[in-house]
Amino acid sequence: MAATKPRSSSFSRNLSAVPSSQTPGVKCGLNGTMFVSSGIPDLDKILGGGFPLGSLVMVMEDAEAPHHMLLLRNFMSQGLVHNQPLFYASPAKDPRAFLGTLPSPSTSKDEKPRGSVPEQEKGLRIAWQYKKYMPENQPNFDSQSNNKQVYCNDFDLRKPLERHYHSAQRVDCVSIQDSTNFIALKDRCATFLAQFPRNDANSSCTGRIAIQSFCALQCEHSNMEWDMLSFIKSMKGMIRSSNAVAVITFPPSLLSLSSSKRWQHLADTLLSVGAIPDEDKELAKLLAGYQDMVGFLNIHKVARINTQVPVILDATTFSIKLHKRRFLVLECINQAPVDGSSGSSYGTSSSCSSGSSKTGTLDF
Amino acid sequence: MNNPALNLLDKALGLEQQSEAWPLSRRVLVIQDCVETSGSFVLHQLMKRALSSNSSNVIIFVAFSNSFSHYDRILRKLGCNLVTQRDNKRFFFFDMLMLQCTGEKIQNVVLVVGISFFFSDGDEAKTGKGGLILLYEKIRKTICALPKDKKNYVTVMIDDMSLMEVAANGASDYVLDFLHYCHTLTSEFDCSLVLLNHEDIYSSMERPMFILQMEYLADILIKTEPLATGLAADVHGQLTILNKGISDSLESSRNKIHNFHFKVKENGVDYFYPGSRA
Repeated sequence: MAATKPRSSSFSRNLSAVPSSQTPGVKCGLNGTMFVSSGIPDLDKILGGGFPLGSLVMVMEDAEAPHHMLLLRNFMSQGLVHNQPLFYASPAKDPRAFLGTLPSPSTSKDEKPRGSVPEQEKGLRIAWQYKKYMPENQPNFDSQSNNKQVYCNDFDLRKPLERHYHSAQRVDCVSIQDSTNFIALKDRCATFLAQFPRNDANSSCTGRIAIQSFCALQCEHSNMEWDMLSFIKSMKGMIRSSNAVAVITFPPSLLSLSSSKRWQHLADTLLSVGAIPDEDKELAKLLAGYQDMVGFLNIHKVARINTQVPVILDATTFSIKLHKRRFLVLECINQAPVDGSSGSSYGTSSSCSSGSSKTGTLDF
Repeated sequence: MNNPALNLLDKALGLEQQSEAWPLSRRVLVIQDCVETSGSFVLHQLMKRALSSNSSNVIIFVAFSNSFSHYDRILRKLGCNLVTQRDNKRFFFFDMLMLQCTGEKIQNVVLVVGISFFFSDGDEAKTGKGGLILLYEKIRKTICALPKDKKNYVTVMIDDMSLMEVAANGASDYVLDFLHYCHTLTSEFDCSLVLLNHEDIYSSMERPMFILQMEYLADILIKTEPLATGLAADVHGQLTILNKGISDSLESSRNKIHNFHFKVKENGVDYFYPGSRA
């Protein structure tokens, strides 16, 4: 542990942490944390860099839609692309078959999601007055984009990941279909995590754990709730002292209310996904771009490791969209412009008078 | 009287008293939070206050939810060096992240940072009772080993109680037993007890024995809640403090509810009454 070393000054710079920022797939963040990418560029941006190493990410599933798989697939693919060992547990009979469905990083530049290109231009436009500094920065930029391993790839959901990425020695697959005790699973996690001890000198090796639909099958036994909780608790304890991130998805509707709250408290980063009902006409009227939406992503909690300040996001609900049916993008939800012709009373009156009629109801 | 260093929380807790004794001694503080608004910052504030240079308090910190480095980094930013305090024997950290009181043959590793004790226990540990009894003995031994001038200024902090329940595999009764044992320490050694728990876990239960017992034990109850209007960048939530003030029955104004907003920052917390900030 880093902190067991006595330090003379409170403000000593942790020199050993600096070289590790060069390792691909790991990024230094605030408060001495290090991030790995979630595999979704937008999600990384929203979370302030990605998932911090040593944190437990929980995704609450929608009971009717498999949107959590989108997050899980990108997370796993990104790890494999970065050559990070992966541990995958799922209730399926043959978890290894799932690896065949992982998306592949897009290679050609023109297929990049539209979001990234104009944003770079915007950045350049703002920085025009700093042009004299540009020669210094420019090569840096280029080397980053030319670099084979970028921090976060764009994944093409229609192209399967090449086979050589998931060669057997790097991926550990476990089926949790008929395991009624978690000691075996815990032991396997422990041996997996033992490869990535947390010490500042050697943080080049990072691992990822993905557990899909954790309680889905075990839930029928109500007496398992405490076993599952203590599994998650010990998982959190193990992951805290190692250079790894664990993502666990679970269907909260199968848990009792108080258990589900306990799970949520145990999570460092808490997300939930939801499906969009087909042809919900009222919702379609309310939200712009409803046709392209696949589902919603809610961000309930952002990890705060080494800090007491909560992260307050501008928005906590995002729409999940598929750009060109290939790339996963997250967008803020925008209210659709009110259709002037459709409304009967508001449509005829001007915006000014409708404003005044509104204030009339709020009479103080 | 009006010390600017004291904030609304300190005043609500009665820390403004100019007395020899630590104002919170013999008191039990219970902090209740929820998923949306974490109450751990109150713990950090109390740690900083207790370890400040003009008090001679000793903290025994039982951590179930985070590692030492997490607290160390936070307290550093608040201006308090836990490593130094640990070396000065004013801060004892019990790392309970991996405590698990079940299994065929239990092996509890209790880490008092720096020294590790390793013991295995046969029969008692099976029930989920053993680990907690050992923990209590550990706390008691630590207090007894303190020099005389410090023995009566101990604060025991537990972060957090719901994880202790998980560690005991759902045997809440044993956790309550543990709490009652710890409660005896407040009268035996004048120590104070600070407990964190999550209120929303129990809100759906029909008879939430555990949280009710904790509330009953508490002399001061602190609740953190999100604003009803949702999250905001300037206001992170609201605090409700119920100071039962049993020991201070002379002043009738003691027993009252304080309610104010807060904003958590790296180097401290802003407390203010609703609407008092432009």
